Amino acid sequence: MTEKVLSILIFLPLVGLIPLLVLPKSRSGIYKYINLAVCLLQTILAVFVFCLYSKPGLVTDPIYGLFKLTERLNWITIDLGNIGRLSINYFIGLDGLNVTMVLLSAIVMLIAAISSWSVEKHLKGYYALLLILNTSVLGCFLSLDLFLFFLFFEFMLLPMYFLIGIWGGPRREYASIKFFLYTLAGSLLILAVIIGLYFSVADPVETSVRLGLAENIEAVTVNDVSNVQGMLQSKQIPKRAIVHSFNIPDMTSPKNFIPGSVFHVFTKINFMGLPIRMAAFLALLLGFLIKLPAVPFHTWLPDAHVEAPTPVSVILAGILLKIGGYGLIRTVLPVFPEGMVYFGSFISFLAVLSIVYAAMNALGMKDLKKMIAYSSVSHMGFVLLGIASGTPEGINGAIFQMFSHGILSSGLFLAAGVLYDRTHDRGIENYRGLASKMPVYTIAVTILFFASLGLPVFSGFIGELFSLLGAFHSSTTNGLVPYWMSITAVLGILIGATYFLWTLQRMFFGKFWISKNITFNNKFNDLNSREMIMLVPLIIITLVLGVFPGILLEPVSDSVEVLIGQIFSSGLDNLKTMQNFRSL
Amino acid sequence: MLQLAWLIPVLPLIGFLIIGLANKKLPKAVVGFVGCGSILGSFAIVLTLLTEVLNGTIQSETLTYFNWISAGSLDIKLSFLIDPLSVTMMTIITGVGFLIHLYSAGYMSHDEGFARYFAYLNLFVFSMLILVMGSNFLVLFAGWEGVGLCSYLLIGFWFKNNDYNNAAKKAFIMNRIGDLGFLLGMLLIIVTFGSLEYSAVFEQAQTIFKPGVAQPVLIAITLLLFLGATGKSAQIPLYTWLPDAMAGPTPVSALIHAATMVTAGIYMIVRSNVLFSLAPFTLEVIEIIGLTTALFAATIGLVQNDIKKVLAYSTVSQLGYMFFALGMGAYSTAIFHVATHAFFKALLFLGAGSVIHAMSGEQDIRSMGGLWKKLPITFATFIIGTVAIAGIPPFAGFFSKDEILAHAYEHSPILWALGVLGALMTTFYMFRLVFLTFFGSFRGTEHQKSHLHESPLIMTIPLMVLAVLSIIGGFVGVPEVLGGHNFLKSFLSPIIAPINQHTGHALSHSTELMLMGISVGAVLLVIIIAAIVYISKKAVPSPEGSDLSAPHKVLYNKYYIDEIYRTLVVKPLYWLGDIFYKVFEIRIIDNFVNAWGKGVDRGSAGLRFLQNGSISFYMFAMVIGIILILFFNTIIKL
Repeated sequence: MTEKVLSILIFLPLVGLIPLLVLPKSRSGIYKYINLAVCLLQTILAVFVFCLYSKPGLVTDPIYGLFKLTERLNWITIDLGNIGRLSINYFIGLDGLNVTMVLLSAIVMLIAAISSWSVEKHLKGYYALLLILNTSVLGCFLSLDLFLFFLFFEFMLLPMYFLIGIWGGPRREYASIKFFLYTLAGSLLILAVIIGLYFSVADPVETSVRLGLAENIEAVTVNDVSNVQGMLQSKQIPKRAIVHSFNIPDMTSPKNFIPGSVFHVFTKINFMGLPIRMAAFLALLLGFLIKLPAVPFHTWLPDAHVEAPTPVSVILAGILLKIGGYGLIRTVLPVFPEGMVYFGSFISFLAVLSIVYAAMNALGMKDLKKMIAYSSVSHMGFVLLGIASGTPEGINGAIFQMFSHGILSSGLFLAAGVLYDRTHDRGIENYRGLASKMPVYTIAVTILFFASLGLPVFSGFIGELFSLLGAFHSSTTNGLVPYWMSITAVLGILIGATYFLWTLQRMFFGKFWISKNITFNNKFNDLNSREMIMLVPLIIITLVLGVFPGILLEPVSDSVEVLIGQIFSSGLDNLKTMQNFRSL
Repeated sequence: MLQLAWLIPVLPLIGFLIIGLANKKLPKAVVGFVGCGSILGSFAIVLTLLTEVLNGTIQSETLTYFNWISAGSLDIKLSFLIDPLSVTMMTIITGVGFLIHLYSAGYMSHDEGFARYFAYLNLFVFSMLILVMGSNFLVLFAGWEGVGLCSYLLIGFWFKNNDYNNAAKKAFIMNRIGDLGFLLGMLLIIVTFGSLEYSAVFEQAQTIFKPGVAQPVLIAITLLLFLGATGKSAQIPLYTWLPDAMAGPTPVSALIHAATMVTAGIYMIVRSNVLFSLAPFTLEVIEIIGLTTALFAATIGLVQNDIKKVLAYSTVSQLGYMFFALGMGAYSTAIFHVATHAFFKALLFLGAGSVIHAMSGEQDIRSMGGLWKKLPITFATFIIGTVAIAGIPPFAGFFSKDEILAHAYEHSPILWALGVLGALMTTFYMFRLVFLTFFGSFRGTEHQKSHLHESPLIMTIPLMVLAVLSIIGGFVGVPEVLGGHNFLKSFLSPIIAPINQHTGHALSHSTELMLMGISVGAVLLVIIIAAIVYISKKAVPSPEGSDLSAPHKVLYNKYYIDEIYRTLVVKPLYWLGDIFYKVFEIRIIDNFVNAWGKGVDRGSAGLRFLQNGSISFYMFAMVIGIILILFFNTIIKL
C-alpha cells in the first residue's frame, strides 16, 4: 500500500464523491460527514507520508534521484510518425519541494471541511465541487508530468469558479468571472510554453526502450540514460525514434533538449525581440505570478476573497496561492534557470513591490476580509523574494513561508468568517470593543495577528526571517536582490504591524459598540466549539513551527540544494552559451 | 545548579500557562500565589547561580538545548549563556520582578482582570529572561519581541479606554521601528560573520577587524543595533512612547518601563561591546544621543504635573545617562546604573502607585499635598528613592552617577558640566514632586481626603525592601577614591572587550574628590531652592488651561514632538494607505484590468453589428467591398 499511497491521497476524494452523488437529497445531512471523513483520512495519510519522507530509509527513484514514492504509468501514447512519439505519463512522486505542500493542503482542506458546516445552500453540489477541488489540488502538487500538472492545475479553476459564483456574496458573479478569466489568461501562457517544451524535450528513459537498449522502463539504468542523452546531443537518434514527454525531471536537464528544437539552448528563434527561451521563461513566470499573486497581477484576489464563502476563502488563501509559488519552484526555475539568473532582480523588484504596496493597501482597507486579503498578498511577496534570491536560505524560507502563510491565512479568514456568520457585516469601522463581548475570539484573533506580523516563536517570523536572510545573502553573493530592495522589504514588516494593530484596536478594544446598520439575531456569542476546533489547532501548528521549524526545514533542504545547483550551474552555463551563441 | 538553569525562564512560563489557560476559573489567591511563586522560584535558582558565578565555579557557560533553526549554512541554537553579565541582569529581573509581583497582588486586588494581569506579567518575566539569557542574537531578539508584546498588552491592559489603546499601539509600533534596525543589523551580522552566536561573532570581529581602522560594515551593524536600542530604551528619536506607556497599571510602569525592559537596549549594547568598541563612530553617536536625551527629557520633566509622567521623563533621562556611559565605552558603569536605577526607580514608581491608590486614582500632583501624615511608609521610602536618584552619598544613585560623571570628565570637562546640569534638573523635578505631593496642605477633594490611607503590607513590604536596596545598592561599585575597589567592574570585566579594559581611571584622586564635592554641593543647593519654592513659598503649578510663559508652554507640551510626529509621520502614513488604495489600486491597476474586459466587450459589440442578419446590409457591404477592391486595383496598376 505504501507504494500507492500518493495515488490514494489524490483519488480518495473522488471515491468519496460516489456515495455523495448516490445519496438522495433527503439525506443531505450526511454530505458534510462524507467530506469530513475524506479529509480526515487524507490528513492522516498526509501526516503518515510526511513522516515517512522525513525519516531516512525510503528508497529514492532509481533514475530521478531525489524523488521518493514515485509512480509512473503510461497514460497516452501516440505515434506521430516523423515528429516522433508522444507519451504522456501518469507520473507522480514526492520530493522536498512538494512534501510540505501535500501536508499543508490536507490540513487546510480538513479545516475547510469543518468550516463548511455553515453552508446551507445546494449541499450536494457544494461538497461535490469541494471533493473535486481536493483531488485537483493534491494532483497538482504531486504531478511530475507537466501535462498532468497542467491538467490538475486547470481543473482547479472549474470548482473554484462555481464555489465563488454560486455560494459567494452579492458581487459573486463579477468576482468569479474575474478570477476565472485572469487565471485562465495565465494558464494560456503556461500552456503555450508547455507545448513548446513538449516539442523540445526527449524522454531518455522511454527513448532507450524504443531504441532497444532496455526491455522496458523498469529495466532502464542510469547508464542507458546518459548513453541516450549523448546520442541525442550528437544527433545520432533518428527523429522518429525520439519519444517526447512532459516529464518535469527530464526538462530540468539541458541534455534532454533535442538539438534544433525551439527551446534548445542553441536555438536562434526570437520572440518579440527576446530569445525564445527567455520569452518562455517570462510567460511561465507570469502565469504563476498571477496565481501567487504578485503585484500588479493581484487585483482578482481581493475581489475573489471578499465574495467567496469562508471555507472557499480558506482554501484560496491557504492552498491555491501556494500553487503559484510551487509552480515557480517546480517548473520555472529548474527548466529555464538562465531566466532566473537574468531576470532575478526584476523578480525581486516585483516581490518587494508586492510586500510594500499590498501592505500599504491593507492599511487603507475598511473591510476586514479585504484587509486580510491584501496582507496575504504582502506575505506572499516574501515567498517571491525568497525564491528570487536564489539562495538556500531564501528558497527554504519561501517554502516555509508558504506553509506558514497557509496556516495563518486560513486562521485569519476563519476569524473573519466567525464575525461574518454572526452579523453579516465585515466593516472594520462598524465594530468597537468586541473584546468585552467575545473575549475568547479576541484572544484568538490577537494571537493570529501577532503571529502574522512576524513575532518570533510563531512560524511567520521564521519564514520572513529566512526570506530576508536569503535576500541579504543574495545582495552580497549573487547580486540577484540589490541591497536597497532587501532593506525596503523589511519595511513591509513595519507596515504589517501597523495595519494589524490598528485593526485590532479599532474593532476589539474600547467600549463595545456596533453600527446601527448591522442587524444581528441578538446573539453575540463567543466562539463555539466547532470554531474552536478549527482555530486552536492552527494556532498550535504555527506555534510549534515557530519553535521547531526544523520539522519543515529539514526534509526540504536536500531538494533545495539540488534546485540551486540547477539554477546556478545550468543557468549560468545556458546564459553563457546563449550569449556566446547569439551575442545577446 | 547549571542543570536547573532552564527552569529560570520556564517557571514564569508555566505560571503564565496555568493562569492564562485557567483565567477566571482560579480564585484570586491562587492566581497571586502562582504568579508570585513562579518568580520567587526563578529568583531562588538565580541566586544559587549568582553565588556560583561569584565564587568562580562558573565563569562563562553556554547551555545548548536544541537546534532552533538550521538551513543552508546557518545554524542557530536555542541556548543560554550564564556569565557575570547575564546573571547580574537575571538577578535584577527576578529580584525586582518578584517584589513588583508581590506589590501587584495588593495593587490589582480589586481589578476584574486580575488573572489576565498576572498572566501577562509572568509572560513578561519569561520573555525578559529569554532576552538576557540567550547566547545568540536571535534568542535575544525573540525575548526582545516578547517583552514588546507584553508591554503592548499591559499598557493597553484597561482596553476599554481608547487613549490607553493608542498608547499601547504607539509603544509597539515605535518599538517595531527600532526592531527593524535590530533585524537589519542581525541580518548584516549573519552575512558578515556567518553566525549569530555571541562567542563566534565577537571572536571573528576581533580577528577580522582591527581597532582604529574605519569599518563601514561594523559601523552599519552597530548603528542598526543602536537603532533597535533607541526604540526599546526610549532614546531620541524613538522615546515618545514611554511617557504615554504610563497608561498601564503602575506596577507595570515600575517593572517594564523603569526597571527591566527599557534597559534591554543597554544590556544588548554591553553584550555586544566588542562590536561597538571596534566602531568608535557609533560610540560617539551613542554618546551624543544619550546625553541629549538625558538633558532633553529632564527639561520636560521640570514642568510635568502628572506624578507618573514626571517619573517617566525621569526614566527617559536616566536611560540617557546610561547610553551616555556606553558611548564613552564605560560599559560596566552603564550596567551599574541599570542596577541602581532599577532599585530606586522601581521604588519611586511603586511609591507613586501607593499614592495613586490612596488618592482613588488621582495622578495630578496639583491635587495632592501633605500626604506624609497619611502615608508615612510610602513617604519615607519615596524620600529615600528621591535622595538616591538625586545622587547624595551614600545612596545608590550617587555611586553610579558619579562613575558616569567621572568618565565624562575624563573625556571633556564640558561633557561633565552638561552631565551635572542634567543631574541638577533631576534633583529639582524630583524634589518638586516630593514637596508638592507630600508637603504643604492637601489640595484634593473632600471625597479623596476621606479615603486617604496607607497601603496594605503586601504593598509596603516591597517598598521597604527596595528602599533598603536604594540605600545600599551602590556599595557594589564603590570607587577606589572612597576606599572601595569597584567590585562590579571587576566582576563584569570578563565580558568587556580587551581593548576597552585600559579605560581605567586616568583622573587623579584629588580631582575626583573635587568633582564629587562640586556635584554633591550643587545638588544640595538645588534641593534648598526647591524647598524654598515649593515649601516656604507654597508655589503650586498653575491649573490646566491657564496662560503659561512661552518657554514653559513649550516644555509643558513636551516640545510638541508628539504633534510633529503625528503630522509628519502618522497622518501621512494613513493618508498614503488611503491613496494607495483609491488611486493606484482602483484607478490605475484595477481599471487597467477591467479595461481588458470592457475592450473585449466593446470589440465584440462592433463585430456583432457586422453579423446583424440583415441581407440588405450584407449586400451593401459586398458592393462597397467590390468597389474598394476595384479601386485599389487601379491604384496599384497606376
